[in-house]
Amino acid sequence: MMKQFKQKLASPAYVGFMSSVITILAGLLFGFLLLLALNAPAALDGMGALLSNGISNLNSFAKVLYQAAPLMMCGLSVGFAFKTGLFNIGAPGQYTMGAFCAILLATQFQMPWWVCLLGSMVGGAVWGLFPGLFKALFNVNEVITSIMFNWIGVYLINLIFANLPMTLANYWGATNSDRTADLAKANPDAMIPRLGLDKLFGSTYMNISIFIAIILAIVMYVVLNKTTFGYELKACGLNKNASLYAGINANRNIVLSMVIAGALAGIGGGLYYLAGTGQYVLEKAILSRGFDGIPVALLANSNPVGTIFTALFISYLSVGGSAMQPNFSTETVNIIISVIIYLAAFSLLVRNLLGKAFKPKATKEDKQ
Amino acid sequence: MITLANVLSCTIVFAVPLLLVALGGMFSERSGVINIALEGIMIIGALAACLCLKAMDAAGLGNVNPQLAVLGAVLVAGVFGVLYSLFLAFAAINLKADQTIGGTALNQFAPAFAVVLTWAIQGQGQTQIQIPSWVRITRATFGLQEAEPSFWNNLVFKYFYITTPLAILLLIGAYILLFRTKFGLRLRACGEHPQAADSVGINVYTMRYAGVMIGGFLGGIGGFAYTLAAGSTFASSVGGYGFLALAVMIFGNWNPWSILGGSLFFALFKVVASYSATIPFLPTFEGVKSASNIYQMLPYIVTMILLIFTSKKSRAPKAEGIPYDKGSR
Repeated sequence: MMKQFKQKLASPAYVGFMSSVITILAGLLFGFLLLLALNAPAALDGMGALLSNGISNLNSFAKVLYQAAPLMMCGLSVGFAFKTGLFNIGAPGQYTMGAFCAILLATQFQMPWWVCLLGSMVGGAVWGLFPGLFKALFNVNEVITSIMFNWIGVYLINLIFANLPMTLANYWGATNSDRTADLAKANPDAMIPRLGLDKLFGSTYMNISIFIAIILAIVMYVVLNKTTFGYELKACGLNKNASLYAGINANRNIVLSMVIAGALAGIGGGLYYLAGTGQYVLEKAILSRGFDGIPVALLANSNPVGTIFTALFISYLSVGGSAMQPNFSTETVNIIISVIIYLAAFSLLVRNLLGKAFKPKATKEDKQ
Repeated sequence: MITLANVLSCTIVFAVPLLLVALGGMFSERSGVINIALEGIMIIGALAACLCLKAMDAAGLGNVNPQLAVLGAVLVAGVFGVLYSLFLAFAAINLKADQTIGGTALNQFAPAFAVVLTWAIQGQGQTQIQIPSWVRITRATFGLQEAEPSFWNNLVFKYFYITTPLAILLLIGAYILLFRTKFGLRLRACGEHPQAADSVGINVYTMRYAGVMIGGFLGGIGGFAYTLAAGSTFASSVGGYGFLALAVMIFGNWNPWSILGGSLFFALFKVVASYSATIPFLPTFEGVKSASNIYQMLPYIVTMILLIFTSKKSRAPKAEGIPYDKGSR
């Protein structure tokens, strides 16, 4: 009986989950120590706000769900590429291209929301295609291509938006031309349906995007774990030479994996900007939400279903972080998240230690 | 002619951070550790140096001997770069963690930490650190009279900081260290074939630590050099130059002289983009709004095209990114 229980504890899924929990707790502890060091009297209140704000009222909770949807898509994107052995640091660019296509279709072409969302998928996929092609055809490291295309995307989008007046806010009665149109004025049909959820939650942040993201996460889980295609992708990620030997077309898989990863991040951009609550600001900086997909994927160990929970968690933290002002800067949350990723980097070590701790001695002897 | 002088002068001042940081990345990768954390290391170096300058300004040290004070700040930047890079070294070398992930964590930590610390030191909402005006080398530094703008005057004194001559010294030093010393040979061996290096008695861990720490030193100084070049304030960011430096390093084939060429080339394109309106012979794209974006995109596009042609010859250190395990064969 005890042995069975211990064996269950030693299962990889449980050990993976436990190591994520440990890294999260360690990150939070570090954050608390940092708050103590910066401003001791306010530290406890700050930590309390960080941890409780996300469920303090329905509006905050709606915000958690609203931010979690695009994060989940970026996490799925990064995680999917990881499974194929690729580091998709291009998620910010793909996310931005997705947002761009969605806004373009919504304002300039006055399309309904689902067309815009499909457009965002195509936009992200195209931006994922480049790193894949460069890697497969010219053997250029996907990290470099991704970084270059992140910047190309930012400037390209600024250029196109600036030259298409219908996409900008000032065309639709607002005074500012530095951001894209408010969808409620420009094209209400392009907003992702709320299906009365906004009334239920009493918050305009609430729409069906979180459900779309969860469904896509489950679809990705099925693709990776239950199809031949997913098996080939994972085989390429684990050992490229072995999979080549087994007759798998590695180059095709690299390109396809990046295209799918790009499409996922692109949908994330679409979901965020089609909600109607955020407007794209023409800046000369890369949107950071794509980068936030990296911790989401890492914490979930690139598992699509795990991504659902880690995205909700990170989103919960960032909503909590905004309640820490004015005593602490909201960036404190990013510090906590980065400590969590740093620890996740050697999660393998934690996992091995946990595995040893839980492993019953008898099984070791059985093997021998 | 004055525009040309300005463009060239500006190119050099922006090439300096790229050069230093790419050289730093080169040392790290030549020893076998992928250093994607350069952006974060730059930010930490710049943060430490700017806080140091601020303190020296408040203490009145700046006016006594400005360039000595700046040199002190450069050292502080380098030292903090080393300290920060130790986190990467520890995760990558001792714990054999995934180097890209560890680097990503450091990149995410640095800007957030810089904002939080600036906020804590300067008070709420104050997220920018002012850099004192005495850091620039002017004619007065050499005891010269003020002069009218001319080609040579603008070329030399428009954007002249102590980091520029320092970068040249460090470049030569880096070349000698990597290719003309026993240490350099051992470092390169650890990045190519650590098992072979170990078998002849080289401590791979020590050499990799050395590589990452030299990378941190140059990265920290590079971050400070970027801040000096970019303007009068430090706003917890180095504008993606750490990632650009990574591209310059790959582009420069992990070789100091090619890296110098790459950073000058890249900086030139960046500067031409920001000067595009005042350079007479460039097309202005009549009727296109925000046309400067076209020039902003150019360096990245050109780099991609060049990478296609150079990637066949590209030779990354063979063992980079692979944690060294004594037991493995």
